[in-house]
Amino acid sequence: MKALLVCEYREGKLLETSYELVAFAEKLGAEKAMVLIGSEAEAPKVNGTVYLADAGKYGEYNPDVHKKIVLAAIERENPDYVVFVHSSYGWDLAPRVAANLKAAQISEIVDIVDGKFEVGVCNAKLRRTVTPKSGKAVLTIQAGAFSAAAASGTPQLERIEADGASVLEFVGYEPAEKKDVDLTRAEIIVSAGRGVGKKENVPVIAALAKAMGGELGASRPVVDAGWVEHSHQVGTTGQTVSPKLYMACGISGAIQHLAGMKKSDFIVAINKDKDAPIGEVADVLVVADVLQFVPALTAKFQ
Amino acid sequence: MKVLVCIKQVPDMESRFKANSSGNWYDEADLAFRMNEYDEYAVEQAVQLREQLGDAADVTVLSIGPDRVVEALKKALAMGCDRGVHVQDPAVSLKDPWQIASIIATYAKDKGFDLIFTGMQSQDRGSAQVGVAVAEQLGYSCATTLVGFSFADGVVTAKRELEGGLKGVVKLKTPALVTCQLGLNVPRYPTLPNIMKAKKKEIAAIPGVDVLKEEALAATASVYPPARKGGGIVLEGDLNEMADKLLGILKEKTAVVR
Repeated sequence: MKALLVCEYREGKLLETSYELVAFAEKLGAEKAMVLIGSEAEAPKVNGTVYLADAGKYGEYNPDVHKKIVLAAIERENPDYVVFVHSSYGWDLAPRVAANLKAAQISEIVDIVDGKFEVGVCNAKLRRTVTPKSGKAVLTIQAGAFSAAAASGTPQLERIEADGASVLEFVGYEPAEKKDVDLTRAEIIVSAGRGVGKKENVPVIAALAKAMGGELGASRPVVDAGWVEHSHQVGTTGQTVSPKLYMACGISGAIQHLAGMKKSDFIVAINKDKDAPIGEVADVLVVADVLQFVPALTAKFQ
Repeated sequence: MKVLVCIKQVPDMESRFKANSSGNWYDEADLAFRMNEYDEYAVEQAVQLREQLGDAADVTVLSIGPDRVVEALKKALAMGCDRGVHVQDPAVSLKDPWQIASIIATYAKDKGFDLIFTGMQSQDRGSAQVGVAVAEQLGYSCATTLVGFSFADGVVTAKRELEGGLKGVVKLKTPALVTCQLGLNVPRYPTLPNIMKAKKKEIAAIPGVDVLKEEALAATASVYPPARKGGGIVLEGDLNEMADKLLGILKEKTAVVR
């Protein structure tokens, strides 16, 4: 069994998630080759073949052309699986490759169970195992679900080329809004989720964060609703955090949020719903209304 | 300017879910269904484009599924879409994303749509494949995960959401397909007059078998509840007692609470 792993590269750097692909291939028990549209200096430190195309020539985000390069690598390597990270790069490119191969795509794999691929259903409230019916299959793995393999080894680079004509024009990046808080350095994070109900209730959570000497975090719906600034957002489109203590208040645990916080040392979830997916990763689940429980807990710290 | 919006009806995600008796999908009994949240952003963006272009634009909204999906179509019509298409398929949940994309592409291929909007993923299946696969099958250019959209002179400028707050800006010419992310806009609530107006709008029904041309490429083996983290403590009961217990646990198990 052979897997072709598609690396991620942005703003001139290889993304660390590329090594999660290596860990996945190891768990799958597959021989691996990799493909990178990037630079030689940033080639992944792995033993084995790395097909390399120059991002200077083909662009960092240029899916029509990247598709052709990945297809060219598939032609040379003939893998059983083509694997991407389920990220803004992977979920954009993987279906293009799958459609061209007319291959099954299985998205956002969280585990391998008895040789079948396990994915989430309904915000991870259920799980589903999926099997491909096509000869080759395209897979995307959930960011953070497979702990990154160590960067060690010497790649054998093979240059790869493709027709560089694109129908898309990449204009440029727009940087993240300026951060007024750096959650990646916080030891304690107390996060507010949709369960706080309304903007006026956010100070209840902020008061607990303050009383504990921590920072206020938030889940995406709370930020989208304008209750909390984006710089406080935890999750794949916010900040990925790993504090010593993470308190999730009224957060059900959408996979994008879990991916951003599940490496925290100790996780406490406060939620009315005992079955909420946050319970999967919580060391302690307090079954309660956050607006009643949080003030009671805050009082203990004051 | 012909515009197509593809929407899906999904259960309210706050619901309790259990596997169905066949063990291949969730049990749909007792669930309340609504429009997929990502698709609400797609509908809103299509309607805003229609407002920008006036009667030069015509927006069709399409949904695949059993009779209940007509409710989602009616909402989209009340939000401002011009006409609806219901692809009738009571067993839609057993189709894989490739087949869903193929149904849409088969319907769309001779209609000359300039622009197609979809959500970036559905809230239930979450495959994030259908939109891109439709674009590939139709040969349209495509951008995903939009948090910004503008259109002028046949060119879409799309702002894509990347990780960690970074955005990527791309331009693409029509015909094009874009998939919409949360936060792209603020989906409107249908007003009562618009709900009344929508009642007069056409919803064409197409038998699903007429537009299904592809076999499934993937199969669901089983559906089941997730395993819980071993050793996780669950506290229930009196608020004050729980707060004391939690404080004790934090003092014992973490180095940051003393």
